[in-house]
Amino acid sequence: MSRSRKLIPGVDARLLIKDAAKLMPNPARRAFLRGAASLGALAVLGGCDIIDGDTAESVLRKISHFNDGAQALLFNRTKLAPTFPESAVTKPFPFNAYYSEDEAPDVNGDDWKLEVGGLVDNKKKWTLAELNALPQERQITRHVCVEGWSAIGDWTGIPLHDFLKRIGADTRAKYVWFQCAEGYSSTIDMPTALHPQTQLSLKFANKTLPRAYGFPMKCRIPTKLGFKNPKYITAMYVQNNDAGGYWENQGYNWFSGL
Amino acid sequence: MSTETIEGSAVVAQAAAPALIHPVWVRITHWINAIAMLVMIGSGWQIYNASPLFPFVFPGTITLGGWLAGGIMWHLAAMWVVVVNGLVYVTLGIVTGRFRRKLLPIWPSQVVADVRAALTFRLAHDDLSAYNAVQKLLYLGVILAGIVIVLSGLSIWKPVQFQELTALFGGYDFARYVHFTAMAAIVAFLVVHIALALLVPKSLRAMVTGR
Repeated sequence: MSRSRKLIPGVDARLLIKDAAKLMPNPARRAFLRGAASLGALAVLGGCDIIDGDTAESVLRKISHFNDGAQALLFNRTKLAPTFPESAVTKPFPFNAYYSEDEAPDVNGDDWKLEVGGLVDNKKKWTLAELNALPQERQITRHVCVEGWSAIGDWTGIPLHDFLKRIGADTRAKYVWFQCAEGYSSTIDMPTALHPQTQLSLKFANKTLPRAYGFPMKCRIPTKLGFKNPKYITAMYVQNNDAGGYWENQGYNWFSGL
Repeated sequence: MSTETIEGSAVVAQAAAPALIHPVWVRITHWINAIAMLVMIGSGWQIYNASPLFPFVFPGTITLGGWLAGGIMWHLAAMWVVVVNGLVYVTLGIVTGRFRRKLLPIWPSQVVADVRAALTFRLAHDDLSAYNAVQKLLYLGVILAGIVIVLSGLSIWKPVQFQELTALFGGYDFARYVHFTAMAAIVAFLVVHIALALLVPKSLRAMVTGR
């Protein structure tokens, strides 16, 4: 019973791990429509072979792409995510990934350097000490997971728009691509990268970002679902081609805006 | 002589044809909605299972999408159908006066009398074009549940861009419970609605042929 300790209200710790496992890329799930003997599938596809699983999946992917465009139109650069008082922070803030906490990257902050590339003037690598010396902002905002649960966290870091300006990034470029220590990756649209609350977080609850939340650096984006907030960042590229991302490539909606 | 006969039979045919109960726009939007709602419910259950609000999950065999990403794809595709079709239905329902004619007014005393009649199997179904008070209440209720489910869904999907709406539903976490409750209300309606349609097959026929 004690194993099912609640991390956050409504979320069972064991379920969270099970969910992470459920999110795992599974070859069987590639046929996620073919295999789904479901209510909807029966209603829509019942008795007809005109739409097979692959056709349905390709149509759904097109609609998901259409939804990226719709969300980009809805996105308001100046609309801020609601902020909360310190007392509202979820304790403990949940660890969530497609691996368990002890498998999380263990980055050595002394050796680590942030690689910067693509359409930027200054491609110098940044040490953690150099990043820590830059002006920072604190935000207490809601993290919303694609699974449905949410938690309020307290992040401090460098506003990404400031950093992009500092490195001479071409902000007319379409995307910012993040690569992470464990091989995770995610691409975000430039308007989101320039949003005032998008930050390169170095602290949680005013202390050095713990390993569980992405040490040494996480990109906190309160206008995007949690999986579009990469942790353990190693490199950042400003570019015009969409490099996709770990979950995006498996069928999760690319824009995933809130 | 012959023309008279033709005219005469034409009059007879017209008189014999039953009155139109459901205009074509009602039938089309009804069946589009029926399919879209099944997709929304099946995929919604899939999404629910990723982070259940209550100590139960829906059996995988009755969910749609195979896994969370698939469920979300179906849900956010069918939402356009539900919303566009729903807007057409509600707009025409108001503009043509159908809602006012068919669903209003509802008197509590009538509801009580009709519930009593229904429970004792004495509720009349002779005239399909006129709804009894229980039907009026259920149809109006499910339209309201439809509006609530769309708005609470929007507030969960866009809690930053539509944060005022999300606040109206008690914040992001509470809005999930509202969305779930509206789903439960619609599913409960469907159970009664489908059971009664099967018990009174001519009502099912009327939703297909209009008469």
